[in-house]
Amino acid sequence: MPVIITFIQRAVGQGVAILFGATGEIMTEKSGNLNLGIPGIMYMGGVAGLLGAFFYEKSAKTPNPIAGMLISILCCLLCSLLGGLIYTFLTVTLRANQNVVGLALTTFGTGFGNFFGGSISKMAGGVGQISVKTTASAFRARIPGLSGIPVVGELLFHYGFLTYLSVILALICTYFLKRTRSGLHLVAVGESPATADSAGINVPVYKYAATLAGSMIAGLGGLYFVMEYLGGTWSNNGFGDRGWLAVALVILALWNPANAIWGSLVFGALYIIYIYIPGLSRAQQELCKMLPYVVTIVVLIFTSRRNKPENQPPASLGLSYFREER
Amino acid sequence: MDKHSKKSAGRTVIHMEKRDSISRSKAWMIRGAAVLLSLLVCAIVIIAITKQNPLEVYAGIVSGAVGTRRRIWVTVRETVVLLIIAVGLVPAFRMKFWNIGAEGQILMGGAASAAVMIYAANKLPLPLAILVILAASCAAGVLWGVIPAFFKAYFNTNETLFTLMMNYVATQIINYLICIWENPKGSNTVGVINSKTRAGWFPKIFGSEYCLSVFIVILVTVLVTIYMNYSKHGYELAVVGESTDTARYAGINVKKVILRTMCLSGAICGLAGALIVAGASHTISTSTAGGRGFTAIIVAWMSKFNPAAMVAVSVFLVFMQQGSIQIATQFGLNENASDIITGILLFFLIGCEFFVNYKLTVYREEA
Repeated sequence: MPVIITFIQRAVGQGVAILFGATGEIMTEKSGNLNLGIPGIMYMGGVAGLLGAFFYEKSAKTPNPIAGMLISILCCLLCSLLGGLIYTFLTVTLRANQNVVGLALTTFGTGFGNFFGGSISKMAGGVGQISVKTTASAFRARIPGLSGIPVVGELLFHYGFLTYLSVILALICTYFLKRTRSGLHLVAVGESPATADSAGINVPVYKYAATLAGSMIAGLGGLYFVMEYLGGTWSNNGFGDRGWLAVALVILALWNPANAIWGSLVFGALYIIYIYIPGLSRAQQELCKMLPYVVTIVVLIFTSRRNKPENQPPASLGLSYFREER
Repeated sequence: MDKHSKKSAGRTVIHMEKRDSISRSKAWMIRGAAVLLSLLVCAIVIIAITKQNPLEVYAGIVSGAVGTRRRIWVTVRETVVLLIIAVGLVPAFRMKFWNIGAEGQILMGGAASAAVMIYAANKLPLPLAILVILAASCAAGVLWGVIPAFFKAYFNTNETLFTLMMNYVATQIINYLICIWENPKGSNTVGVINSKTRAGWFPKIFGSEYCLSVFIVILVTVLVTIYMNYSKHGYELAVVGESTDTARYAGINVKKVILRTMCLSGAICGLAGALIVAGASHTISTSTAGGRGFTAIIVAWMSKFNPAAMVAVSVFLVFMQQGSIQIATQFGLNENASDIITGILLFFLIGCEFFVNYKLTVYREEA
């Protein structure tokens, strides 16, 4: 039993960052933008939150965890917004190819994260690794009392607040996409921008808004990883390919953020299951780690085989929309 | 009405119109301006970080890229590797097949080369060993390219996401192989393969071990250019790229073209893996491809598949990368600085195409 509990806890821990990323990417893709820059944006969000907290803790005499937390969230959101802005400006305003811009943004964002995460401590005249323990403690705080309940508490209340935020955000996004007028407009933009345009929907505004909001949500995934998972420090390329897993999760979730909640658990579990399968050699463990990607490929093939319209990617995904070229 | 009131009554309007055509010189002037602007922004970033005189910084970049004979060769080597990947992607992109799986195809090609070097190269004469390495890496690349192509052709599965996922399956295969080939035991790296016998290493030609790579890349580039522009295959895949319906109507077997083109694309990317592993690093790791599969996509796209432009863009990017790595080491910063620089350059190069394709006129409109 304790093994199962730690397994679930660790799966959740792996899943949260991916869930933020996937929710953000779904919002973005619903507007018809395939943002392959999401992995880069998650790096940017994570490192910006870290830097914000770092400079706050350096300047304040007695750093307050809550203040550090707010500052780091703000920095994270702003930096992710900047990443999203680069993407939307180039693809929507300057009409560049989405895949090309996205990949360039991921190159940039990953370098940005590793560069500043890896060398800021040194550049600021310190020694060793960057560390913001005080701020991280606010991110890691558990609900007192509830987390002490055996089994239920350990399973449900053993996480920092970003974990709950990721679930709530996913639910809100699903509600937004299915139940609100703006959400339906957004879906229309992603399915057929020309039709949406003739119905009087301002296509560029929706594309901008959805992509920027999506980038900020995804950035929180990077922040979660840095603050709660790593405990307020940086390891170069430590975030690894989780950003791409987030892009993959969008497919598994069939473009519905609520599905991404259990999907992220599945991915989180697949990501660490090799530790829990007894008798695997190190080499076999490595093969086991390819499971999330293989599962994604299988899902991708199956969704392309079954032509259920609500399970398909937005029809205009990846295509730029130019009113003059209708 | 005097001028002043006119101004307050009107509003600024930016009018955008697609150009029918643009003269070559003007297009290159716009691109040149973008390059200058990007260099300016890079300079500002570098100065903000290192607080050095900008001229010194650029001198450092030049010296880092071409300062010594050794550095020149490294720059050449990196350029040709980036170039061959971009060349390999051209047929796929011309067909509008978004092969963003070059990274995985390179890794698989590299793994195949490493396997030949480890298991067979010591038993074969060098020329034969190299031929086997090249063939094996092509075959591995083909395998990795043709799987998504098959599903695209028969099930219309989204190739962008499929090829992307294949990259990470390949990464895990490399991790698996590292466990098997680990040398010395417990290091979790493969180490330099055949460091004593040099079996399977590209030999020195004209005094440099990278010369063979350069020849291979030139040959492949020329062949692909001919294939794309003067062969029936090249024509067919361009038609499929424009419209699959037209292609079908014209009697082209679309499925066959998709499979054939991705075999070619995968083979060349796999070959790039051989150039990296047998021709340069003599080892394999998950960073063997090192993001070049992604950068090459941008190179191929921005060059509009024109080989001369691809050479120019590759040289420019690699030059700046090698230079900024040098700057970073000089100031004890980490190498990822070069990714930031590359990113900034790419944003400008991608963005400037808008001004090549569209004409902007700003004027004031009467209220």
